[in-house]
Amino acid sequence: MARALINVPAKAKRGEIIEIKTLIQHEMETGFRVGTNGQVIPRDIITDFICKYNGEEIFRAELHPAISANPFFTFFTVATESGTISFEWSGDNGFAVSETATITVE
Amino acid sequence: MSWAAVVALVGVAAGATAIAAEIPLSERKSGYDFMGPDTRTMQDDDTTNPGMLWVLDGEALWKRKAGTANKSCADCHGDAGTSMKGVAARYPAFDAGRGRPIDLEQRVNICRADRQQATPLPFEGKELLALTAYIGRQSRGMPIETVNDERTKPFIEAGRDLFNRRQGQLNLSCAQCHDDNWGQKLAGAPVPQGHATGYPLYRLEWQSLGSLQRRLRNCIVGMRAEPYAFGAPEYVDLELYLMWRARGMKVETPAVRP
Repeated sequence: MARALINVPAKAKRGEIIEIKTLIQHEMETGFRVGTNGQVIPRDIITDFICKYNGEEIFRAELHPAISANPFFTFFTVATESGTISFEWSGDNGFAVSETATITVE
Repeated sequence: MSWAAVVALVGVAAGATAIAAEIPLSERKSGYDFMGPDTRTMQDDDTTNPGMLWVLDGEALWKRKAGTANKSCADCHGDAGTSMKGVAARYPAFDAGRGRPIDLEQRVNICRADRQQATPLPFEGKELLALTAYIGRQSRGMPIETVNDERTKPFIEAGRDLFNRRQGQLNLSCAQCHDDNWGQKLAGAPVPQGHATGYPLYRLEWQSLGSLQRRLRNCIVGMRAEPYAFGAPEYVDLELYLMWRARGMKVETPAVRP
């Protein structure tokens, strides 16, 4: 399974703006490259990324072939309550990875 | 002729025949110092450094049993955090059995062949990159300690010769860029001093981790010379010279470079 690196602050003050960083291992094969045998290498990319905060969607991205290998996303949200932040990546050939992180809001 | 004129003439003569002068130890800079703030931040934070994905894979491989001996790296070496600390900082190192220096990639494959009785891992394959990145990570922040003794000296000298030798259709040597013209621009990018402090490293251009030999191959192809095969002794001599040239500088593995 692809590895993912998540950076969510473990603790935050209520109302604080927090930065979330995610990095996932993926070749992001564009589908436009030709292999040494002259055949086009089939497209194999991540197509969707969704982040949810206690079940509510707070960030979503659609990915396309021009996005680099090992896509990195960073975005901000407001720390509203303690709980779970979940991350889901999905893509070609049934690619599906999910991760979670917990945050304590004081 | 006045003394001033003699001095001026000597100066001109020295300028005309100037050959690669080695960078004084105090003026050495890692490729890190030539990078922009974004790329530096990417390297410094383990959750944004893509090289860490290979390090995590390497950690899993370290514990995985392999070969007919059914042994893992950990079965002999235990916790890499203690047993591998400082190892990458002194490689390439002299191997008495082979009578010449070997690099970390070769060391891993010798272990695989002799101890695990497994097939060697291909150069630039994900597994070998992952294991060398994991081993290299254990030395991060430690000073490079290349041994220069009577056994390694001839190989360091061979590497130095290669570094200073003009080659390829462009008739360039490594030293002409990395000793004489570092800090200048090549196609808009700064020419670094060429210190191999962070290999294997994640190159944004490669969109992948790569070994020092891949980097050397890139440079040699750039000079329009014929690259050596992966694992060639010429590369190991050059790696050894580069690490000796970077002695005392800190290991950055896995580094990030543009």
